Amino acid sequence: MSVALIVAFIARFCELYCLVIHNIINKPRACFQAPHLPQDCNCSACEARRSHLSRIGERSLIELSEVSYGYGAKPLFSGANLSLGPGTFHFLTGPSGAGKTTFLRLCYADLLPMQGSVSLFGDVSAGMSRDSIARARQRIGVVHQDCQFLDHLSLRENIGLPLLVAGRDPRLSERNLSELLAWVGLENREAAFPPELSGGERQRAALARAVIMDPDAILADEPTGNVDWDMSIRLLTLLTELHAMGKAILMATHDLALIRAAKSRSNARVLRLTGGALQLAGSDL
Amino acid sequence: MTARLHLGATEADRIVPPAGPPVRLTLATAAAMAFLAVFALALSLAAGRVATLWADALARTATIRISAPVGEMSAQTEAVLAVLAQTPGVADARAISAQEQQDLLEPWFGTELPLSDLPIPALIEVTEDVPGYDAEGLRQRLAAEAPGAVIDDHSRWRRPLVEAAARLRIMGWIALALILGSTAAMITLAAGAALAANEQVIRTLRLIGAEDGFIARAFIRRFTLRAGLGAIVGAVAGTIAIALMPGPGPAEGFMTGLRFSGWQWLWPLIVPPMAALTAYLATRRAARWMLQGMR
Repeated sequence: MSVALIVAFIARFCELYCLVIHNIINKPRACFQAPHLPQDCNCSACEARRSHLSRIGERSLIELSEVSYGYGAKPLFSGANLSLGPGTFHFLTGPSGAGKTTFLRLCYADLLPMQGSVSLFGDVSAGMSRDSIARARQRIGVVHQDCQFLDHLSLRENIGLPLLVAGRDPRLSERNLSELLAWVGLENREAAFPPELSGGERQRAALARAVIMDPDAILADEPTGNVDWDMSIRLLTLLTELHAMGKAILMATHDLALIRAAKSRSNARVLRLTGGALQLAGSDL
Repeated sequence: MTARLHLGATEADRIVPPAGPPVRLTLATAAAMAFLAVFALALSLAAGRVATLWADALARTATIRISAPVGEMSAQTEAVLAVLAQTPGVADARAISAQEQQDLLEPWFGTELPLSDLPIPALIEVTEDVPGYDAEGLRQRLAAEAPGAVIDDHSRWRRPLVEAAARLRIMGWIALALILGSTAAMITLAAGAALAANEQVIRTLRLIGAEDGFIARAFIRRFTLRAGLGAIVGAVAGTIAIALMPGPGPAEGFMTGLRFSGWQWLWPLIVPPMAALTAYLATRRAARWMLQGMR
């Protein structure tokens, strides 16, 4: 009886010991910095994330599988694979004309892949109805280099527009809107009309509009393309804050300095789109 | 989609920029079309009344004209009436008095016509009963009894008149259909122009996750309300214009005016809903077509 007890105790002790060692060894790399959830890790952090994932029911928000796309006979890129899980941060870089914008448009079903498949929240984009694409977009915030607004509506109304579009009453989210305007530093510009805004203000307004619906993923296409360095850093800070809140971020940029600045403050992965293929860049940036 | 088309501006309407010239043109054209539609309706209904009037009232009557020397006139009239009294299918036969003849001729020849001096034929009005009489048999018997009598069953001039009235009625309905079709075409063009002018707005809305119905509704509401409103103005103006038209006058019972009669005054009420429905369908089709073209 006592022998059995001792054996059980030792076994339990070993298990706990292993788990602690495992966590100490793997914590910085595998668990906290991993853009994707490690399959083989049993540490408490990973378990928590796993249970969170099983609760929201999706392993990846946006998934590209062997995707190719081109505008002529020759594909722009092919065989691209990517899985954007909850809470991941990816940069997408590459030379001009490599297809960064095209890649992002595939991610919100603005384009359909020529080969392979793109799935949004588990649905293959090619098979989705127009309205289910619209509903998927309510869960994806998109920021463009030159963002378009409804010029006849005030900035505040523009930022609340996704709520209206989704059938909610923006007047019920007044406080949310005010907080969001303050977060992007546009609380004094809320009555302005979009044509009156500067480039940096437009980008921050677009970011606020992209997150008003509390989306799961944020796709940004060269959001810092038209703004100076200080504003770029400010936008980046806003994006890293969103990432810290658990949003998946995919940001296309050709600004390597910005990527370096980001790497110092978050665990971003860098995807490089070059020579017709999507590669995961090393840590050599 | 229809259920959410309440009246009055809603928050969602503001996604479409404020009205431009196309929307005002829609209003004006809808009013003009409704005005014309009321006239086409009046034309159709009046033509229908004329056709019915002539077909019914004249179909059951015939006239026998007796041209005889003055001395034989009353004898032949008596003979004809006697024949008619024995003819199966004749419900009533009545000699038209000199005074009635005077009244009938008065509009044509004036009041001072010395009727007794003229060799006016005697007239007998014959009313058939439902199975009718044997016209050929009667004609032969009259030829034997009163050689001066001629039957005129009106069909010679009644048929073309009834046919003309029926044609006129069809033309009225065709005009109405054409007006409706033109309204649909006009709204489709106006809605297409408005959708094209707002392409950037629509793209932005799609990007932030607007469903097709949401975008389409904003445009559909705008055009449906404008067309309906314009049609109300046009239909009221048209109805007033019809009411100011002269009535049938002294020839009542034989001719008819363009004015509606009785419950027909309710007909113009269907014009605005028809215009609104047409605008609704046309805008919806234009919006669907436009939205299908963009992702």
